[in-house]
Amino acid sequence: MLRFLSLRLGRAALTIVLVVTFAFVVLRLSGDPAMLIMGAEASPEAIAAFRASWGLDEPIWVQYFAYFGALAQGDLGMSMRDGRPALDMVLDRVPATLALTVPALLIKIGLGIPAGIYAALHRDSAIDRAVMVLAIAGFTVPSFVLSLLLVLLFAVKLGWLPSGGNQTLLHAVLPVLTLGIGGAAILARFTRSAMLEVLNQPYVRTASAKGVPWRRVVVGHVLPNAMIPTVTIIGFMVGNLIAGAVVVESVFSWPGIGRMLVTAVANRDLAVVQTILLLVAATMVAANLIVDLLYGVLDPRLRQAPAARGGH
Amino acid sequence: MAALLSLRDLRVAFDGVATLRGLSLDIAPGEALGMVGESGCGKSITWLAALGLLPRKARVEGSARIGGTELIGAPPALLDDIRGGRIGMIFQDPASALNPVLRIGRQLAEALRLHQGLTGEAARAEAKRLLDIVGIPDAARRLNAYPHELSGGQNQRVMIAMALAGNPDLLIADEPTTALDATIQVQILDLLGQLRRERNMALVLISHDLGLVAEHCDRVAVMYAGQIVEEAPSDDLFARPLHPYAEGLLRALPRLTGPRQPLDPIPGTVPDMRALPPGCAFGPRCPRRINACRSTQPRLREAGRGRRVNCLNDTASPAASGTSGRMTGDAA
Repeated sequence: MLRFLSLRLGRAALTIVLVVTFAFVVLRLSGDPAMLIMGAEASPEAIAAFRASWGLDEPIWVQYFAYFGALAQGDLGMSMRDGRPALDMVLDRVPATLALTVPALLIKIGLGIPAGIYAALHRDSAIDRAVMVLAIAGFTVPSFVLSLLLVLLFAVKLGWLPSGGNQTLLHAVLPVLTLGIGGAAILARFTRSAMLEVLNQPYVRTASAKGVPWRRVVVGHVLPNAMIPTVTIIGFMVGNLIAGAVVVESVFSWPGIGRMLVTAVANRDLAVVQTILLLVAATMVAANLIVDLLYGVLDPRLRQAPAARGGH
Repeated sequence: MAALLSLRDLRVAFDGVATLRGLSLDIAPGEALGMVGESGCGKSITWLAALGLLPRKARVEGSARIGGTELIGAPPALLDDIRGGRIGMIFQDPASALNPVLRIGRQLAEALRLHQGLTGEAARAEAKRLLDIVGIPDAARRLNAYPHELSGGQNQRVMIAMALAGNPDLLIADEPTTALDATIQVQILDLLGQLRRERNMALVLISHDLGLVAEHCDRVAVMYAGQIVEEAPSDDLFARPLHPYAEGLLRALPRLTGPRQPLDPIPGTVPDMRALPPGCAFGPRCPRRINACRSTQPRLREAGRGRRVNCLNDTASPAASGTSGRMTGDAA
């Protein structure tokens, strides 16, 4: 178990380092922040001074090691725009993003899983077909299209809800719905196919053959097995809690991490972009780690595998 | 003796294709009946249909009665009492027939709670006793094991223990040893035979292996294309099969004594159930086909003591054959 855990933690750390490295290199290759921030009319001397003050005149590998050296001490750098610590700026925005993504996640789970279970148990019924048509629509329509449709309907036509901003709770309704509907569709499809797979297993017939009432067969025998693949998708959604709302936040002018990322990339605000990516990578990796551990809890067959493999 | 269970004209169709075409059969208390036939002949479908275990799209007609209780079309609650209660069932691949995420003890306890009302420590003690009975060593510890931690043979023993939890009058073993090693096969079949005798429990042994069935059963029903083609005491069937298909099956068995001989397979293949010949389903492969076989469907008829055969050709009955005198003499 310890070996399993340390192996996973090591891999998680490596993933984060790779993401940060990639972001570091790409950002420095794709444009000069000095030009963007100082403006086109800035004198060459001013730009040179700006570059020197942020260390941008150093070779890229020197900058890279300096960045990681600071990172090791918890220093994520300053925003070139605001001069504030990037980490503080980013963390300030986290609650706003979570205010959208957490309720959306609850909608995904609360709507998608029951819909998938119901559709699988009533396979080929009218409701199954309806659920699947909605699910396919829900996950093929991109979130920016869905959000525009919802704005047109509820904000422009009906006038029930605001189309953007974050002044009141009502402002959150449309972005949360946009995120929730798409995710629920994905989860419904996934849950349905996982359920159908398990419903065909011989042990389900065994349970019926020993006289277990159907409802208990579903709850006691089918669901625990069908949840194993579904947990993967939920884990992915949890990993996306920070980064999952980039498009929707932009459409609804919601002041979260996503919109900050878009602005920071446009401005080449290096420290801010890197900090956001680090945070996103860390949540993804953490969610994956939790899913891996959950697998062991849900499926006894996987509990022994790492130990057995670690035996030699 | 009054039959424990009676099937009458049991029919099953999937999407309009008949897979079971009118099967009637009685099972006496405590007897061991073998059902033999190639895959798809309907031997498993028969019992899944009787117990209401087929998918909803299957259309089931006819009657299956146990102790005066009709099972076909019975309400789910009644079927749940019968299943695992009066009729236990075990399946081909024990590794996939047990739930992989639940401990053995819990799966056993579930059956014990349903059919004996046992919970907690009492259920655990009884589960351990059942594992002892089916010959699983170190039963107390095995209760905490998951199916993947046991061997195939041990899992099949667990399945048997689970089927015994309701003290059934009838145990249906659907190819119980097909997925197991030869030595384990013998052990499992011996265990089933021993349990049957000790508990006076009837046993239906479904298999494609005629030799195995004849050795472990009093009576054999040979099935072909969704019907019984011959039903006879095992010894009689082996001594002198009446139906050409049963005869072909016997001839296809390798002989353990005498010089080595090439096996003698039945020519042709199993018919497509969607396009059965108009007459006898076995007709096109039959060495003793007569003209009537092309147009007339045979019906299962009496053919001596305890024997029934589903063949139009009279030579398939003791009366018309050379040994008929001896056979009828026996019957008298």
